[in-house]
Amino acid sequence: MRRLKRPMFLARAPYRRRRLRDAARLLPVFGAALLILPLLWADEGAERRLSSSDVIYFFALWCLLIVVAALFAPGLRSGEAAGDETD
Amino acid sequence: MSRAGLVRGFDRARSSVDSGTGRGWPGGTEVAQHVLLVEDEPNIAEAIRFILTRDGWRVTHVADGLAALARVAETRPDLIILDHMLPGLSGLEVLAALRADPATAATKVLMLTARGQERDREAASLAGADGFMAKPFSNAEILAEVRAMVAR
Amino acid sequence: MPFHILVAACLAYVIVLFLVAFLAERRARRGRLGFLQSPLIYTLSLSIYCTAWTFYGAVGYAARSGLEFLTIYFGPTLVFIGWWWLLRKLVRIGRQYRVTSIADLISARFGKSNLLGVIVTVMVVIATTPYIALQLQSVVLSFGVFASETPDGVLPPDAEQTAVWVAVGLALFTILFGTRNLDANEQHHGIVTAIAVEAVVKLVALLAVGAFVVWGVAGGIGETIAKIDAANLSAWQMEPGRWTGLIFLSAAAVICLPRMFQVMVVENANEGHLARASWAFPLYLMLMSLFIVPIAVIGLERLPVGSNPDMFVLTLPLAEGQGGLAMLAFLGGFSSATSMVIVEAIALATMVSNHLVMPLWLRFSRAGARGDDLRGVVLMARRVGIVGVLGLGYAYYHFSGGSAALAAIGLIAFLGVAQVLPVLIGGIFWRGATRVGAVAGLLTGFVIWGYTSFLPSFGPGAVLSTSVFSEGAFGLAWLRPHALFGTVGLDPMIHALFWSMALNATAFFLGSVLTFPGPVERLQGAAFVNVFEGQIGPRRWAHGQAEPEELLVMSQRILGEDAALALFQAAAKAQGKAGFLPDTTPEFLGALEARLSGSVGAATAHAMLSQLVGRATVTVEELMAVASESAQIMEYSAQLESKQEELTRTAGALREANDKLMQLSIQKDAFLSQISHELRTPMTSIRAFSEILTEGGLDPETVVKYGGIIHDEAKRLTRLLDDLLDLSVLENGTVQLNLTLTNLHEMIDKALIAARQTRPERSFEIDRDPVAENVYLLTDADRLTQVFINLIANARKYCCSDHPQLRIAVRLRGGRVIVDFVDNGLGIPKDAQALIFEKFARLTDGNRAGGAGLGLAICREIMANLGGTISYLPGQGGAAFRVTVPIRLEKQAA
Repeated sequence: MRRLKRPMFLARAPYRRRRLRDAARLLPVFGAALLILPLLWADEGAERRLSSSDVIYFFALWCLLIVVAALFAPGLRSGEAAGDETD
Repeated sequence: MSRAGLVRGFDRARSSVDSGTGRGWPGGTEVAQHVLLVEDEPNIAEAIRFILTRDGWRVTHVADGLAALARVAETRPDLIILDHMLPGLSGLEVLAALRADPATAATKVLMLTARGQERDREAASLAGADGFMAKPFSNAEILAEVRAMVAR
Repeated sequence: MPFHILVAACLAYVIVLFLVAFLAERRARRGRLGFLQSPLIYTLSLSIYCTAWTFYGAVGYAARSGLEFLTIYFGPTLVFIGWWWLLRKLVRIGRQYRVTSIADLISARFGKSNLLGVIVTVMVVIATTPYIALQLQSVVLSFGVFASETPDGVLPPDAEQTAVWVAVGLALFTILFGTRNLDANEQHHGIVTAIAVEAVVKLVALLAVGAFVVWGVAGGIGETIAKIDAANLSAWQMEPGRWTGLIFLSAAAVICLPRMFQVMVVENANEGHLARASWAFPLYLMLMSLFIVPIAVIGLERLPVGSNPDMFVLTLPLAEGQGGLAMLAFLGGFSSATSMVIVEAIALATMVSNHLVMPLWLRFSRAGARGDDLRGVVLMARRVGIVGVLGLGYAYYHFSGGSAALAAIGLIAFLGVAQVLPVLIGGIFWRGATRVGAVAGLLTGFVIWGYTSFLPSFGPGAVLSTSVFSEGAFGLAWLRPHALFGTVGLDPMIHALFWSMALNATAFFLGSVLTFPGPVERLQGAAFVNVFEGQIGPRRWAHGQAEPEELLVMSQRILGEDAALALFQAAAKAQGKAGFLPDTTPEFLGALEARLSGSVGAATAHAMLSQLVGRATVTVEELMAVASESAQIMEYSAQLESKQEELTRTAGALREANDKLMQLSIQKDAFLSQISHELRTPMTSIRAFSEILTEGGLDPETVVKYGGIIHDEAKRLTRLLDDLLDLSVLENGTVQLNLTLTNLHEMIDKALIAARQTRPERSFEIDRDPVAENVYLLTDADRLTQVFINLIANARKYCCSDHPQLRIAVRLRGGRVIVDFVDNGLGIPKDAQALIFEKFARLTDGNRAGGAGLGLAICREIMANLGGTISYLPGQGGAAFRVTVPIRLEKQAA
């Protein structure tokens, strides 16, 4: 509708910001997939029991997501400040 | 127009026709003075032709401007009586063409007009007409004017 | 530990909180916001997600259900690390449109519908009141833990009494700091700061207990891991349905919970804070849950069988003789409960006052339109709302008896508020979402939630009878609360989640697709969905801090530039300021409103300015009034516009008339000149020949000939005068028409005979169609015949073909007869075609027959008098004229 003046090619910095946004969008999807992944670990037949490794897996994953989000956040913010809102 | 002028004009015309010596023409032959009448109204042309012929002028009549120009080039008339309103080229256009050609630039032209407004007289004078007459005119008037113009 | 020390510590803690809130509030009022608006405070305030339910309950949850408690934190983690998707838009909308609550957002999105505001408010209050009761219960329980441990037994704690005191204390605190002011887009710096402090307290407390358990009790990380593997906690299995379902549910809840919406959107001071919180809040959650499993495992191992695992956080340190640590843990739990209750109460009270109390009050009170009164009313409504919400929570606690039924209420409350999610997401991403759809979705979800989750939570026989559980409502098996539509074997929570969300979303979608949104709805929908594409729709005034410049711009548009400038300058001068921009004090706004009312009507002016003191002041009725007033204004301006157009048209017509007059004057000159020519020409001949005849001496033939010429020219003169007279009569419209019923065929016959006099020497081939000509016309036959004669005569005169032909074609077209006269001559040159109907427009020709060039002009006038037309038809091979005449000429009044 109003997205008329969209440049065909972007300068390097805005281009990187766009890709960063793409990555930021995918992060929760990956996170969700990895959180659900242990559901598939069940051994055939045997009752799956909780082990400390499960706890460690979840907390390690949690930390990983936090670190990646922390790495993304400043870039996303500066992109917002730069004002190229069309995404 | 005064009676005296009229008589004098008559006399001169008559003398030129009668004596045949008043004016010499190229080739030396004594001929009647030639008037080219350009008039699209046949009845008016007939009237003028009758009057001038009776006074001893030789009159050629054409009905439009193009024919007039062609005839001028052929016959070198002494006087052209030119109607203002003509089909095709108007009287003023014909006059302008005559004046533009060195061969005919000096030929005397008497403009006739039926509109009779001052504007038309001025326009005719500007275009180089030597005389001007408004219709309707009396026979004596046109005869006197023709005589006066040729004498000059 | 002596109980009175506990009570003293508790009081001291509360006093500290009061101080913190008070100082922060004072700082904010002085405009020194500084760290009060920092991302740290924002992130910490988000921690109200972790209530007493998680502080105490998470350990119990882990003890009972293993790692499932983590799902409650994974959902929010995913939502926050994915903030670019949703939260960013939510916060932007909230800030841009000054949203005061989630109910306000939904109501505003769907055309400012108060019905939706009421529905969401009621739903949310019902869903979260038990949750508040849960917090009260946790505080009471924790008191109880200490009481049972007190050896001296100074103050035997009465659970009921404790709950009452806690509720009253919380209400007091909330009212003091939550309803202090109404301005500044509903932000409460004091409370937010106090909550941030509480967030730190509860985190530190839980971490301290956890560290003590791991290193103090278990003896290190390795030992702890070993104990985890050995514990019977590990009998738990991951259930795929519950695992994913609960992650989804907690994700939905963190968006929809009123208290989360309050701190995340309403209290947000800077969108950039969200970026920081996107990882800091998950970090907080991660730290909060870090030691839950160890505490649960060690607690199960150390404490006697049958101890309540929900209280392990307290009882474990107490059992280990760590009174100070237990006190810290107690304060942590107290913090969790109080912070949640405070913010929840504010959020709910705002909704209740804005969507329930205010509309009612405005409806039943005539004085409601005045600004200062209204502020008092809103504040009072909020206070009453807070007391009401806490009262409800207490009542729920009281009547449910603080039973174990409360323990399950956390997830049930989550599911209740999650019913708002489809409408919320749909509303901000889908323009097609309509009010009807939203109402349908919300009600459907709410009813199913109530039937499958909320009401059954009271247990069989409490609200729903046992027979309903076993046989379904009305004895219909497919209506069993835990097996809707025969879906047996599902976990009740997942069953309720699936059916409520699925049917909610379906009803929302169908309702939206099948209905058509109103104008305000569509405007708001576009504004919300496209919030990042700049301002769409009417710009809103900044809440309480309307920019005087904007006011000036608006006033200029309404009052006119000079008047507005004078008004603003006078107001600025009265405030002792130079220039044109006064402070937007209530006095000034009042004066401005009064002034604007005179121009745009009271409702519009009030609606424009009342947005400054809070959205609650704009009611549906006012919006309707605004709409109708603006419609009137638009109509008025449309009228002005049309008047303007009319003036332009008149000016154009005048200019045209002037041009025409000028042209007419030129034409008149030419006409006179032409008449002069046409009269003088025959007169010249007549005069010349009559003089010749008078002079005599002519032969008789010539006399006859010249006499004939005189006669002809005299006749021509007469004809010319006749024509002129005729034309003048026709042109003035004073002609007498003699209407008769005459056959067209006869008229053409007559015309052909009459026209034969013109150039009788030429023989024309006439091509006619007698059958088509056989039509009777009611017209002036003589006049029409005159036109025909003229046309035929013209053809005879001017058709230059050697074998001249004239075709006369007749056709009937819609009550008119068309007669075409087409000859086979050269026709009329294109540039002359426009002129031929003008007077004296005689074309160049070598053989005119005495016509004065008035023939076609007369024809045109005759046809105009006969109600017909005459025109030249180009491209017919020769000259072609078309005469159109009505079959029946109605006699005109003249």
